[in-house]
Amino acid sequence: MPQVTAEPETRAPAPLLAMRGISKRFGPVQANRGVDLALGHGEVLGLLGENGAGKTTLMNILFGMYAPDAGSISVEGRRLDIRGPADALAAGIGMVHQHFHLVPRHTVLENLMVGRPGRGGRLDEEGARERLAQIAGRYGLHLDPDRPVSSLAVGEEQRLEIIKALFRGARILILDEPTSVLTPQETEGLFDAVRAMAKAGVGIVFISHKLNEVRAITDRVAVMRQGEMVATIANDETTTNRGLAELMCGRELTPPVKETTAPGPPLLVLDRVSVRGGTGRPVLADLSLEVRGGEILGIAGVSGNGQRELAELVAGVLQPSAGAILVDGRPVTRADPQTMRRHGVAHIPEDRIGAGLFSALPLSDSMILPLIRGKPFSRFGMLSRKAIDAFVTEQIGRYDIKATGPEVRTGTLSGGNLQKALLARELAGDPLVVVAAQPTRGLDVSAQEFVHRRFLDLRARGRAVVVISEDLEELFQITDRIAVMYEGRIIGILPTPEATVSRIGLLMTGIAEAA
Amino acid sequence: MRIALEQRERTPTWMNLALPLAAVAATLVLCGGLIALAGADVIGAYAILFKSALGSRFSLAETVVKAAPLIFTGLAVAVAFRAKFWNIGAEGQLLAGAMAAAYIGALTTVPGWTLVPGMLVGGAVAGGLWALLPAILKLRYKVDDVVATLMLNFIMFYSMMALVDGPWKDPLSGYPDSPDIIPAAEFPILLAGTRLHLGVLLAFLAAPAIWFLMRRTTLGFAIRAVGENPLAARHGGVRIGRTVMLTAMVSGGLAGLAGVGEVGGLHFQVMASLSPSYGYTGIVIAMLARLNPLGVVPASLFFAIVMTGAEAMSRKTGVPVYLADVIQGTALICMIVALLFTSYRLRLRRAEKGA
Repeated sequence: MPQVTAEPETRAPAPLLAMRGISKRFGPVQANRGVDLALGHGEVLGLLGENGAGKTTLMNILFGMYAPDAGSISVEGRRLDIRGPADALAAGIGMVHQHFHLVPRHTVLENLMVGRPGRGGRLDEEGARERLAQIAGRYGLHLDPDRPVSSLAVGEEQRLEIIKALFRGARILILDEPTSVLTPQETEGLFDAVRAMAKAGVGIVFISHKLNEVRAITDRVAVMRQGEMVATIANDETTTNRGLAELMCGRELTPPVKETTAPGPPLLVLDRVSVRGGTGRPVLADLSLEVRGGEILGIAGVSGNGQRELAELVAGVLQPSAGAILVDGRPVTRADPQTMRRHGVAHIPEDRIGAGLFSALPLSDSMILPLIRGKPFSRFGMLSRKAIDAFVTEQIGRYDIKATGPEVRTGTLSGGNLQKALLARELAGDPLVVVAAQPTRGLDVSAQEFVHRRFLDLRARGRAVVVISEDLEELFQITDRIAVMYEGRIIGILPTPEATVSRIGLLMTGIAEAA
Repeated sequence: MRIALEQRERTPTWMNLALPLAAVAATLVLCGGLIALAGADVIGAYAILFKSALGSRFSLAETVVKAAPLIFTGLAVAVAFRAKFWNIGAEGQLLAGAMAAAYIGALTTVPGWTLVPGMLVGGAVAGGLWALLPAILKLRYKVDDVVATLMLNFIMFYSMMALVDGPWKDPLSGYPDSPDIIPAAEFPILLAGTRLHLGVLLAFLAAPAIWFLMRRTTLGFAIRAVGENPLAARHGGVRIGRTVMLTAMVSGGLAGLAGVGEVGGLHFQVMASLSPSYGYTGIVIAMLARLNPLGVVPASLFFAIVMTGAEAMSRKTGVPVYLADVIQGTALICMIVALLFTSYRLRLRRAEKGA
């Protein structure tokens, strides 16, 4: 190819952000190797990669949480020395984490003013109000400044985090899996804001596992694999989910196949159960459900319609105020987690770290928890460390959990590996009934596939699986029937082959089909 | 160069030893400033402190005797804090155990040989029940455990004073103290010519026993699980209420045994000066030991040295004896700072250098 005369660097418009040759090593793990990343003014860049591909490390370096071993960062052609989040913020780099950093008791305005210079030792409330109004007008990000954060919905909290970043003058905004906590409607709202910010010249790095969303909102997509940047492609009509997924995992994908099974006996029966919420209002009302062996039942619904309570009820965390629960035909009289487990119920909670594992304890402790009382892990209340370590080491191998050993601190594992660890633990007791809430939320393609294969495997072995998910694609792919929840009831159940997005969507809004 | 903190994947083993030592060293350096301020020679004063606590067979034995109640209260706090049951009440539980021991030890209606085991069991149960009260308040009514356990200390202390100044007053001495326990209830002395009594031996045996409980039993596992993440523990099948109540019983029982030892082995009665804040020092000791039951032993010995040595130092150099308390407080703060390094590492970052 003929060499076109290279423009002198000074005349080319400097990109908004240029990261060059970023490398970072953690012990034996090369998290980033010579990574380049460029972001233009008003550009939305999708950053894709499996768990552990190095996206988070790269963004944490950009935001000043880690110092890179090598490489440079420039903003608008100016080389930066970012030593901490404060430097990043000063350079106009803002980050919205998956988990929010807000003070719940404070109002929206007070949260914005935290850490901001005031006027002569006093808080500059008027100035803050004015800026908030400006931001609202410019990007369509509206929030009542005087509402306490504790009264905000999740989507609104996220909006506040974005406003906070803009408030501090961010021109580069990193959104780390921003849609994983949002409902479809909230996601639309977020996308409107992203478009408005891009139009105003803000450069946005959009990290997500949801390929549909990445294709919907980004201009270009950068794909990382094993610490390296493997491709940066324009997002156009030739971009497909399959193509992106294969770039991410570096191999061809074969979706798991669902074998036909004959439905077995009902393993889980809920007979007109009700659960009262904190305020005495029923969160589950007169709900009946039957799940057979060899069946995967999907539960769909707008979040907050009792799905979480349903999972916790079956797990024994919540007690029914009326009605009966039968596992394998036997009524469960005293429903607590220990009893439900003894009946053969396993539960994969929605909140992996909060309700599933111990982030500060060794992985072996997290993985042995529900099994600890049984042989061979303990006898007469005495633990057998040898049996525990052998078990955990075996599970780490079997589930291909990326961990250096059973003693590693649980919290250092990535999301996908945490879910694998939880899955390994819950399935180890060979349960009859598995209830999984949002089992693939935040997981990458390979990990999703892995989880789905495990569920289909349980189904093939005649177990009953209940999958609660907000991802309809997932439900269509692996379930036999889909039940839709609305205001604490099951408003309709469809066999999956007959279910369509529109039929499910209608049920989700509370409109029952005529029988 | 700039200093930054980075999270660690795991805590290196050597740190478990190095951190408390570093905290102690920092404490001695910081408190050295106070010694200098008091007009004494820092090195000389410390030399007197350590020599008078360790220098002779007798003083060594006295230091070990002093360490015994500290080991018990240190273990009590270490167990409770693992479950995030913030038991600040070891002082009151110690007094409850001491009162039970003083009461049982004075009984003349039971065979003499039952008195010592009776005092041990009775004292442990009394301490355990006194700790169970705030645990139940916490579980059932969400009463803050820090405040409840702390306040119960005062209730126990002043109740004890009301008793020994009233119905339980020793008719022989006329002072506000309880009647002496009978000779058959006095703890046997293990080494002639010293005050090394049975309770001291039990304290040193309790540390490995509690280590075993915490690391090698399902109860210990449940305690750690509840402390780390109660929600996950509950989901995993641990009964939270039962675990917290058992934790409180074990913790309070250990603190109670501290009181039993002081009554059965040293004072043979209860009175106002029975515990010079052993219960509170237990908190510092547990922190210094990083809640590791085995670490409680050296940490207790350190504070026993400081407590016994400070008096001699004060007599010889004129440095106020209150320095011992300052050392305690400073050690706690140093250790809390040092604990940061178990989960984080310091990284020096070079400024403005090309790759």
